Amino acid sequence: MSAQETGTPASTAPAGGPGYARRWQRIMDCVALRQPDRMPVIMYATFWLAKYAGITCRQLMYEYELTREIAERAIVEFDPEAYNPMVLQSASGRALEAVGFKQLQWPGHGVRDDQPFQYLDREYMKAEEYDEFIFDPTGYYLHTYLPRVAGVFEGFEELPHFPGLHYFRLVGGVRSFAKPRLRQALENVMRAAEEVERYIGHHAAFTERMNSLGYPCTNLATSVSPYDFLADYFRGARGMMTDLYRRKDKVLEALDKAAVFLLRQAVAGAKASRNPIVFIPIHWAPDAFMSDAQFRTFWWPSFRRLMIGLIDADLIPMPLWEADCTKRLEIIRDVPPGKCIYWFERTDMVRAFEVLGDVVALRGNLSPSLMTTGKPAQVDSAVRHLAENVFAKGGRLMLDCAFGIPDETPVENVRAMFDAARKYAG
Amino acid sequence: MSERAEQEKQLIEWLSDMREDEAIALANRMLLEEKANPLRVLEVCRMAMDIVGQRFSQGEYFLPELVLAGEMLEKIGAVAKPLIRHSDGPAQRKLARVLIGTVHGDLHDIGKNIVTFMLDINGFEVKDIGVDVPVQTFLEEISGFQPDVVGLSGFLTLAFDSMKETIGAIEAAGARERLKIMIGGGQIDETVRAYAGADAFGRNAVDAVSLCKNWAAAA
Repeated sequence: MSAQETGTPASTAPAGGPGYARRWQRIMDCVALRQPDRMPVIMYATFWLAKYAGITCRQLMYEYELTREIAERAIVEFDPEAYNPMVLQSASGRALEAVGFKQLQWPGHGVRDDQPFQYLDREYMKAEEYDEFIFDPTGYYLHTYLPRVAGVFEGFEELPHFPGLHYFRLVGGVRSFAKPRLRQALENVMRAAEEVERYIGHHAAFTERMNSLGYPCTNLATSVSPYDFLADYFRGARGMMTDLYRRKDKVLEALDKAAVFLLRQAVAGAKASRNPIVFIPIHWAPDAFMSDAQFRTFWWPSFRRLMIGLIDADLIPMPLWEADCTKRLEIIRDVPPGKCIYWFERTDMVRAFEVLGDVVALRGNLSPSLMTTGKPAQVDSAVRHLAENVFAKGGRLMLDCAFGIPDETPVENVRAMFDAARKYAG
Repeated sequence: MSERAEQEKQLIEWLSDMREDEAIALANRMLLEEKANPLRVLEVCRMAMDIVGQRFSQGEYFLPELVLAGEMLEKIGAVAKPLIRHSDGPAQRKLARVLIGTVHGDLHDIGKNIVTFMLDINGFEVKDIGVDVPVQTFLEEISGFQPDVVGLSGFLTLAFDSMKETIGAIEAAGARERLKIMIGGGQIDETVRAYAGADAFGRNAVDAVSLCKNWAAAA
């Protein structure tokens, strides 16, 4: 029975090479809560590829061809069921530079050549700007947010305010485009677009190449929970946490607004990619970060709406629940069965299986400390534990590390992970 | 109960219940209009923070409350501290000195800042030396500040090696025996503690406070 017959969306990507359909079917079997013929193993690698190939993180970020070659070599060597969009997630250096991106530091731009990029937690939206964001998100983006977070948009502050332009006011409004600063910004954006086009082109060519070799990409589209979107990319950690007390109503209003456009964007992105899985890394849900009441009020409702919207669009949400989310399991159970993949980072997978095994497929979760500092025999035992206590007991588990392969992981531990998966679960 | 005692009780209640506007207005009135002893007002704030810490360790409060409590205390401190005169009384004796920083290569600081705040309100003299701190800077600060405890923070997996390297350098410099080292951050567990050679690891700010209190008591 195919995935489509059971109501689970299948990739509409062009038919892949040998083994593609079989590998993809294992993933879709897990999503549909059916037993696959073996436990799928996912290879999620970003800056680990630099260690694997003995190059710097900077080279990985800047040398498109080299990164494609290394990523292909790693996938073919370890033979996973599926892989993450490695080129897209690694080779972004030139594009970031072209855009003048300010929210990350990366090799040559704030961190050493042998270090991965890091996000800068800052207040990118001021508390007094909530009203503007809520009233007109697009206008807020154009005039305030974009110039603040990316150099290439500096000058967009001069754009006219489009709502309210009509009749002869509309004609007059065009005059803004005569302003030198705005004209320069538009030229800068067009120049940056050429580099971003090259970057995405390499990602697309890599994906196509891996398709032809029989390896599906887990996901090509991503999204974000409305709360994390507002906390991480706008208010910053400190601002968001105090907003829960100081401007609760505005937070809720902004979350409602964001849930709508984030859903539209995720659906459009996933449909265009012809891959139904939408990866959603989650930062602010962990047990330690907020109370049960705060989680139920601020975090979960808008995220659930986003997930249901994706499911209604025949897509498969794949949230990665970072840190320990044990106390959230009963709440996040509230989704239709057979429609989602829940990837857990530090939540005990056996416990997650007990609570969620009849509702979602699972992914994860070999610990970073084990992978980076442990011995192959210890990795083998950890895989065996998951294979015997989750997969063999009916858990639709896709084996992976807690958040992909940690950058410093010795190659022999990655080998141990894949070997053990085949040894203990087909 | 005297009027001042009533006020203090009220301030503790509003601060510990996160009623920011009322608490700040009352503290300002006490300090600026009624000329209350600023050291006493800060002591009352510390009592409120004890309650916040207890509620955090009991699972009633979480990060938003710690951050808001920190900001309320900062606001009151900004008004109170310039008003302190020598005649107001001796400064509170600190339990121990803690040097804290995020190890080299890592720029994350949310957890470190919360630990710093919690140690501070629990009576420790804390020196926070920021993020991406080179090994050499830790050594210089240890030599100058003479801490009893060193806290190493890190969120990324690269921090495992940075922690190991920093602790190794402290040992090589002959300073290891004189101090306790605790580590913390998103991925830190017992495996990393053993790998890095730290004395202990903490899962959250309350763990950090307990570790330091136990070490201070044993000293």
